[in-house]
Amino acid sequence: MKKYIDDFEIVVNRKINSDYFVLELKAPTKLQNIMPGQFVEVKVDNAPAVFLRRPFSIYDIDYRQNTISLLILIVGEGTLALSQLSEGDHLNLIYPLGNSFSIPQCGKTLLIGGGVGIAPLLFLGKVLSEKNIQPVFLYGAKSRSHLVDLDKFELLGPVYTTTEDGTYGEKGLVTEHSLFLDSSWDYDQLYACGPVQMMKAVALLSEEKNVNCEVSLEKTMACGFGACLSCVQETTGGNLFICIHGPVFNATELVW
Amino acid sequence: MVNLEVNIGELEFRNPVTTASGTFGYGSEYKDFIDINMLGGIFVKATTGSKREGNPYPRIAETPSGMLNSIGLQNKGVDYFISNIYPEIRHFDTHIFVNVSGSTIREYVEVSEKLNDLDKIPGIELNISCPNVKEGGMVFGTHCPSAMQVTREVRKVYHKLLIVKLSPNVTSIPDFAKAVEGEGADAISLINTLLAMAIDHETRKPVLATITGGLSGPAIKPVALRMVWEAYHAVKIPVIGIGGIMDAGDVIEFMLAGSTIIQVGTANFLYPQVSIKIIEGLTEYCERHKIKSIKELTGALKI
Repeated sequence: MKKYIDDFEIVVNRKINSDYFVLELKAPTKLQNIMPGQFVEVKVDNAPAVFLRRPFSIYDIDYRQNTISLLILIVGEGTLALSQLSEGDHLNLIYPLGNSFSIPQCGKTLLIGGGVGIAPLLFLGKVLSEKNIQPVFLYGAKSRSHLVDLDKFELLGPVYTTTEDGTYGEKGLVTEHSLFLDSSWDYDQLYACGPVQMMKAVALLSEEKNVNCEVSLEKTMACGFGACLSCVQETTGGNLFICIHGPVFNATELVW
Repeated sequence: MVNLEVNIGELEFRNPVTTASGTFGYGSEYKDFIDINMLGGIFVKATTGSKREGNPYPRIAETPSGMLNSIGLQNKGVDYFISNIYPEIRHFDTHIFVNVSGSTIREYVEVSEKLNDLDKIPGIELNISCPNVKEGGMVFGTHCPSAMQVTREVRKVYHKLLIVKLSPNVTSIPDFAKAVEGEGADAISLINTLLAMAIDHETRKPVLATITGGLSGPAIKPVALRMVWEAYHAVKIPVIGIGGIMDAGDVIEFMLAGSTIIQVGTANFLYPQVSIKIIEGLTEYCERHKIKSIKELTGALKI
């Protein structure tokens, strides 16, 4: 798939809480054929300590408005600077990058997100819905205020939640949710994105339940398109790169 | 009409802008962003005698106006390059140089000898300056007798353009420049990355898995300019300037310091089309300063 580099206009900078915000970015040319799981590399200009681009999963696409949305968690100077941008400002993006989640022909899918790892799963849920495959979400966060945009996920399918402090949904981690103990468990495909320990735990559960599991990984990278060789991931097939061979991997091919 | 053509020996370049090894893959990684054929040349990823898996993650660290890397020469080896990669890139209408690395002199010689027969590879860049491998690499580039020996042995078997890429991690660049010139190098390129480290004060751990790595980006440009300037005055062979080049202005500075051609490195990661913008900027600069041929700028620093 052809990659582009363009200046996008910020049409919405929506603050969700003190940690999360959503940027809705209008492309200068017609967006097409972007797949769930793919990411963009954003140039951050207004932060002196930031040198490299920052990779973000694509949270949502609106082909009618010609916009890409990014769900961003403020973790450092780069994401803080992005949170302070105004509507009308421009951001330079390299896109679309990486591979994508596989879309099954039929069956029941469970999309498991932890924290900001929920980001690529909204777009995935939308695409699954369009293909008449019911997405079921399991979304875990620190507390109620960190479960973002629940209404958007609920439009697409059932949403189960966990919070570490018990302020919403079941108390604990996503992998401790009662869903996994349910005798009527009948999922055919798992997708997971979140902290590495969470994804490993989901991968173990998928093995126990003998169900296919795809995970979306993140690592520090400089380019995003296979040149810098930074985002190395050990796999059963040797060292691969998250930016071009991923970010989506079948859990069974990872050595982690 | 501005003439951007330059030459190294008998090899002519349509312009002085080439891309640095390790930042440009094999060229094809950038084909969505630029027309590779507009470049003066490309220096492809370091190639060793056999396949290398490279260093563990994390391999890079962001630092003020730059980055550290410790990729560790991950590549599939020279035989794979010749049979799988070369056929895919040989049609590029630009000069393709292979960066050659190794752990032993024998490895350098074997790789260089194999590359001799590739008709679309007019030269090699001997990488005696990689700071990220345990054996070889920078060991050859920071010990003058070793730098001389590896250049001498490769010169015996390699008959095309032999460029030696120097390490900045030495006290006297002129000594190394003269040493490899004396052993038959046709050109020198500098600088490779500066040995450096980054520490996370919160975790109190090194950022890189290998603890130390090589610093690149605009942070090293002043060091690189100084070394190019010193090397230019020490040798008669052409100098290829490298180090933190981000725009056409930087290229002009490197040429004034003595570079015949330059390599754009880390900037490619940030702006994959930067090399083409630099070429456009060079034309604009020459027009503005009424320079007919960009060759006039090499070593033309006004003092």
